[in-house]
Amino acid sequence: MTDFLNAIVALSNFVLIPGLAYGAQLALGALGVTLIYGILRFSNFAHGDTMAFGATMTILITWGFQAAGITAGPLPTALLALPFGILATIGLALLTDKTVYRFYRTQKAAPVIFVIVSMGVMFIMNGIVRFIIGPDEQRFSDGERFIVSARDFKEWSGLREGLAIKTTQGITVVVAVICVTALFYFLNKTRTGKSMRAYSDNEDLALLSGINPERVVMVTWIIVASLACIAGVLYGLDKSFKPFVYFQLLLPIFASAVVGGLGNPLGAIFGGFLIAYSEIFITYAWKKVLVYLMPEALEPSGLVQLLSTDYKFAVSFAILVVVLLFKPTGLFKGQSV
Amino acid sequence: MTRSLTNIALFAGVACLILLTGFTSSWNSALLIINMGLISAIMAIGVNLQWGFAGLFNIGIMGFVALGGLAAVLVSEPPTEGAWGAGGFQVIGALLLGFATVALTVFVRAKTSGRLQTIATLVILIGGFFLYRAVFDPAVEAIEAINPALQGNLGGLNLPIVLAWPVGGLLAAGAAWIIGKTALGLRSDYLAIATLGISEIVIAALKNEDWLARGVKNVIGLDRPLPNEIDLQQDPAFIEQAAGLGLDPVTASTLYVKLGYSLMFTAVLVLIFVAAQLALNSPWGRMVRAIRDNEVAARAMGKDVTARHLQIFILGSAICGVAGAMMVTLDGQLTPGTYQPLRFTFLIWVMVIVGGSGNNYGAVLGGFLIWFLWVQVEPYGAALMGFVTAPMPDAWWLKDHLIESVAYMRLFTMGLILLLMLRFFPRGLIPER
Repeated sequence: MTDFLNAIVALSNFVLIPGLAYGAQLALGALGVTLIYGILRFSNFAHGDTMAFGATMTILITWGFQAAGITAGPLPTALLALPFGILATIGLALLTDKTVYRFYRTQKAAPVIFVIVSMGVMFIMNGIVRFIIGPDEQRFSDGERFIVSARDFKEWSGLREGLAIKTTQGITVVVAVICVTALFYFLNKTRTGKSMRAYSDNEDLALLSGINPERVVMVTWIIVASLACIAGVLYGLDKSFKPFVYFQLLLPIFASAVVGGLGNPLGAIFGGFLIAYSEIFITYAWKKVLVYLMPEALEPSGLVQLLSTDYKFAVSFAILVVVLLFKPTGLFKGQSV
Repeated sequence: MTRSLTNIALFAGVACLILLTGFTSSWNSALLIINMGLISAIMAIGVNLQWGFAGLFNIGIMGFVALGGLAAVLVSEPPTEGAWGAGGFQVIGALLLGFATVALTVFVRAKTSGRLQTIATLVILIGGFFLYRAVFDPAVEAIEAINPALQGNLGGLNLPIVLAWPVGGLLAAGAAWIIGKTALGLRSDYLAIATLGISEIVIAALKNEDWLARGVKNVIGLDRPLPNEIDLQQDPAFIEQAAGLGLDPVTASTLYVKLGYSLMFTAVLVLIFVAAQLALNSPWGRMVRAIRDNEVAARAMGKDVTARHLQIFILGSAICGVAGAMMVTLDGQLTPGTYQPLRFTFLIWVMVIVGGSGNNYGAVLGGFLIWFLWVQVEPYGAALMGFVTAPMPDAWWLKDHLIESVAYMRLFTMGLILLLMLRFFPRGLIPER
C-alpha cells in the first residue's frame, strides 16, 4: 500500500503537476495563436517572440519594483508588474498591426503572405528583445518558492517520496483558469465577443450586419497580446527566462492549436494539455515510479525513459502530423482555409 | 532603364560592396563573404525552386542543411577503429528493425479494419519500439565508450570530402521524400509548421546521437579538398611565388586557399544554376509554374499536382543539402549547436524574398546581398552606435548597454529589410519575368 502511495506521489510530483503547469502555459499560448488564426486568418510566427517581449517588459518592471522595495509578499513581484507588461505588449501589438499588417489586410493579401510578413515581425521582435535584455538567462522570481515543499510533505505523510508544489506552478494554474474563464465569458456573453465570433465564422455576413472589422481586429490584438504576455511571464517564472526558448516554444504551441483545431479556443486548451502531457510522459524517466509498482525481480535496470528530453519536439511534432493526417481540421472542429 | 540593365547594375552594386570590403578591411574577409555568399546563393536557389516556382512553403531549410553537414562527416572521416565491431552493425540492425516495424504497421493497417486495426497498430508500434530500444541502446553505449574524448562515434568512409556534396544532397533528398510523402498534402501553413518541426528534430538528433557524429562534442578537423595553409607556408616553391606577387607567405596562403574554395563553389553554383534554369524553361518548369498559379486548372488539365510537388520539394531540399555539405567543408567542422533557425532558415527566406521569388538571378543576388549585410551590419552598426553614443557621458549604463547590444542589430535589420521589401517591392529586386 505504501509502495502504491509512493508511486502516486512520485507520479504527481514529476509528471502530473509539472504537466498541469506546462499545459496551462501552452494553452494560453495556443489560445493567442488560434484567435489570430480565427480572426486574421494566418498563422502568426511572431507569437513566440511576442511572448518573449511581454516577459522582457515585465521583467524590467519587476526589477524596478524590486529596487524600489515593492514586493507582493509571498507571491512573486512579477505579478504586480504583469499589468504593465501587458500594456506594453498591447502597445507593441497594436503598433505592429497599424504599421505592418493593416496594409496587407486592405490589400486582401493571401494568408501565406501574412505568414511571411509575420516572419519579418518575428525577426524584429527577436532583435528588440535581445537588444533590450540580451540573450542570457534572467531570473526574476522572488517570494515563497514552494506552496508545499518536498520535505514538509515527507514529514507530514511519512512517505519516502516528497511532493513539491512550486508557487509558480500554483500561480500558473490559477492565472490560466482566470484568463480562460474571462476569455470565454467575453467571447460568449459580451457584444464585442459575439461580434468577434461572428467575424471569425463568416466574414461577409458579419460585415453585412454592420460589424466594424477594424474594431474586431483591434480587440483581437489586445486579447492576443495580453494572453501572450501572461503566457510568456508564467513560463519565465516557472522555468526561467531565456529569449531563444520562446522561439522554440512556437512548435508545441502551434501543435496545440492545430491539434485542437485552429480557430477553436476550446480546442487550443485541450491541445495544450495533450501536448504537455505527451511530452512529459514520453520524456520522463519512469524508473522512479516503477520501482514502487513492480515486484523486485522485475525492477527495471535502466531509466525507462522512452526518449531523451531533447526529443520533446519530436513528440509534439508526431502528434501534430498524426492528427493532421487523420483529422486535418483538428480534434475539435476548427477552420481550414 | 531596361530590365537586364537594371539587373546588371544590381549585381555590379553587390560586387562593389564586396570589393569595398576588400579595399577597406581585408581581402581575406572579402573572400570569406564571397565563399559564404556562394553557399547562400545555392541555398537560395533551392528555396526559390520550392517557393518561387512551386509555391511550397518550406521553413525547415535548417534541417536539410544540417543533413548535408552530417554527410560531410560520414563520408570524409576515417572509420573509428573497433566501432563497427563493437556495435556498428547492431545499430544498423536496430534501425532496420525500426524501419521494419513501421513497414509492418503500414502493411497490417492495410489488411485489417475497425477496432482490430487500432489494437494491432498499437501492439506492433509499442512492441517494435521496445524491441528497437533493446537492440539499439547497448550498441550505442558500446560505440560511445570507444575513446570518448576524441571519437566515440562510428566514423565515416574515409573518402574525399568533395564526394560528400552530392551525398549530402542525397541525404537531404531522402529526408525530403519522407516529409513530402506525409506533409505535402497539407495546406501551406501546415506544411510550414511540419517542416519547422522536422528541422528541429534533425538538429535534436544531431545533438544527441553521439554515435553518429559526436553530437554537441562536435567533429573538428575534417578532411580538406585543398592544401593546408601551414603546409603551403612551408613549401619553398609557394613562398617564392608569393614573393613574386609581393605578398608575405601567410597572407598568400590564406588567400590561395580561400580563392580555391571560391572557384570550387562557383563551379557548383554555376552547375546548379544552369540546371535550374534549363529545368524551369522546359515544359516541366512551365507545368510547375502553372500548378503554382492555378492548382485546380492544372489538375483539370490532367497534371499530377502531388507528384510535381513532391519532385520539386525533393529537388529544392537536395540543393540545400549540397550547400550544407559545402558549408561544413568550408568550416572544416560540424557543430550541431550552431544551427539556429533564424540563421539557417529564415535568413535564406529573406534572401529569396529580397532577391525576387520566382527568379533564379534574384535568388543568387539575394544570397550575396543579404549575406553581405548579415556580416557587415554588425561593424556598421557598431560604428553607428559609436556615433550615436559619442555625446553620452562615459560609463553611463545606457551607453554601455547600447554598445554591447549592437550584435543584435542584425536581427532587427533583417526583419526591417524583409518588411520593407514586402511592402514596397513585393516581387523583389529582380522580379519574375
